[in-house]
Amino acid sequence: MKAWISPRWRRIFGENLTGYAFITPWLIGFLGFTLWPMMYSFYLSLTKWDVFNPPQFIGLENYFRLLHDPTFWKALRNTIYFTSLAVPAQITVALFIALLLNRSIPGRGLLRTIYYLPTLIGGAPLGVLWLMLLHHRTGIINRFLAFFGIEGPAWLIDPVWVIPSVVLMTIWGVGGTIVIFLAALQGVPRELYEAAEIDGAGIWARFRYITLPIISPALFFNIVMAVIGSMKVFAPAYVLFTAQGGPQEAGLFYVLYLYRKAFISFEMGYASALAWVLFFLILTLTLLIFKSSELWVYYEREVRR
Amino acid sequence: MGLLRAGGAAVNQIATRILTHPRETLQATWKQWWSHRRLQKIALDLLTLVVLGSGAYFVLIPLIWMITRSFMRLEDAMSTRWIPNPFTLEAYYKIFVEDRFYLYIRNTAFVTIMGVIGATLSSALVAYGFAFFRFWGRTALFMILLSTIMLPGEVTMIPIYRIFYQLGWVNTFLPLFVPSFFAPAFFVFLLRQFFMSIPQDLIDAARIDGASSFRIWWQIVLPLSRPALLTVIVFSFVGHWNDLLNPLIYISDSDKYTLSLALLAYKNLYFNYVNAMMAATLVTILPCVLLYFLAQRAFTEGIITTGLRG
Repeated sequence: MKAWISPRWRRIFGENLTGYAFITPWLIGFLGFTLWPMMYSFYLSLTKWDVFNPPQFIGLENYFRLLHDPTFWKALRNTIYFTSLAVPAQITVALFIALLLNRSIPGRGLLRTIYYLPTLIGGAPLGVLWLMLLHHRTGIINRFLAFFGIEGPAWLIDPVWVIPSVVLMTIWGVGGTIVIFLAALQGVPRELYEAAEIDGAGIWARFRYITLPIISPALFFNIVMAVIGSMKVFAPAYVLFTAQGGPQEAGLFYVLYLYRKAFISFEMGYASALAWVLFFLILTLTLLIFKSSELWVYYEREVRR
Repeated sequence: MGLLRAGGAAVNQIATRILTHPRETLQATWKQWWSHRRLQKIALDLLTLVVLGSGAYFVLIPLIWMITRSFMRLEDAMSTRWIPNPFTLEAYYKIFVEDRFYLYIRNTAFVTIMGVIGATLSSALVAYGFAFFRFWGRTALFMILLSTIMLPGEVTMIPIYRIFYQLGWVNTFLPLFVPSFFAPAFFVFLLRQFFMSIPQDLIDAARIDGASSFRIWWQIVLPLSRPALLTVIVFSFVGHWNDLLNPLIYISDSDKYTLSLALLAYKNLYFNYVNAMMAATLVTILPCVLLYFLAQRAFTEGIITTGLRG
């Protein structure tokens, strides 16, 4: 052995071998739980399959069927409507709270912990809790409103209020976003504020021209994550509205419909097509945000004119 | 005495000024006080505290409502009162003795512990491989790994169901934690970032001393990465504990229900039992909250020890 392989090559070969040995768990997982399932799921989206009988190839029929499926459009509309309300609401609230939490005030650590608490609550308990809170008669939200003489809406019963109810619930759990904003805010150099103050910049000007540009990468990250999360809402919505989607299917989120098709009516081929459409939608939205980020996300070292 | 008299004279002067020119004096005083930076800060701090405090109030109220209701009798739980009187464990008796929640806790704990062990060890191994070894295609493979983080699970859900269906694992706990043994990409990314900050010299020194790569991982890299490992443990714990979609897909036998699934079934059966519902919800939430508090202390500890060492 030693005679015909130089030590240098032996070392390189050895390092390759150990490297691959260590990443083997991921390699197997990637091939078995990601790559193959992706390809297979695309194939399934071109078939009719009920789990019990072998898949039957039908070409693009599932995708054509989608276009004429009113429930699909309903679920898509609901989800996009929810996303368009929830993302701005979450980002604004989280940024506002993070800005306040970033001031050196007493009890800051405690407050931060309190705001983070709801993010530890899983989909099922979150749904159950809010089912109780949003109850139109006995829930504390309507009791709170009644205290001010306002008659609260029938949150989970009136189709108009169904989506806003879920938005309200997601705002409650916005702690994760706050933490990321806080981390970014801690990276803003204090000298900049002092310099701006000497130049006579007010609070708004300081926020608009110093804070916002510097935390824009975090803002970008949070927006992308919020959009993806909103498009994929499942567990709390399942508890609130079941796979049927609540009153007049006003709470039928996209993934609820996907779940219904896949695991209740066992139309696996059609559900796979739904999954691919969702993937494509999320990809498009993410790419759009990425593209727009060139205009408003500021990275250090980048010279701006 | 002299000081007092001088003070008295000054007060007299101010008093006469206020009486003769009330508006101007007040404005000047106000301006003087406001320009005082400390005072401005105190006022702003107070405002911040009031806003943040009322925000925290809205975050906590649902939780407090849940906790107090779980210690009430059913008839009180339906009422508007806040303090459980009489204080009773009726609801807990119902969920644990009549409705077998201990079973669901055990099931969830088993799945979660297996999942956490699998996720932490496998992602630490893979991250170590990516961080410290140069092998062909490393950059490309890492890019692929990063891109899988963005892939929505819904796309792979159905084929993975098929795999487990053919393995005969449907209605067992295996599909709930086995995938975690194959290094979840996000954790690999997180740990690799942390491992990159460990000085290469330390690894080289251990290697010269004759330690094997595996031993370096176990005895040097892992102990140095406590905060990062804890983060992975907390994230994977919360993820497994709170999972609803997978149990919903794979578990049908009520003896094998996880807490999330049991809570869902409970909601459909006993929606009007507000006290029992809230007790069940609290029991489901509590372990994650406790772990978070425990880990939070350890996080800080980790930071302090690394600070001392550096």
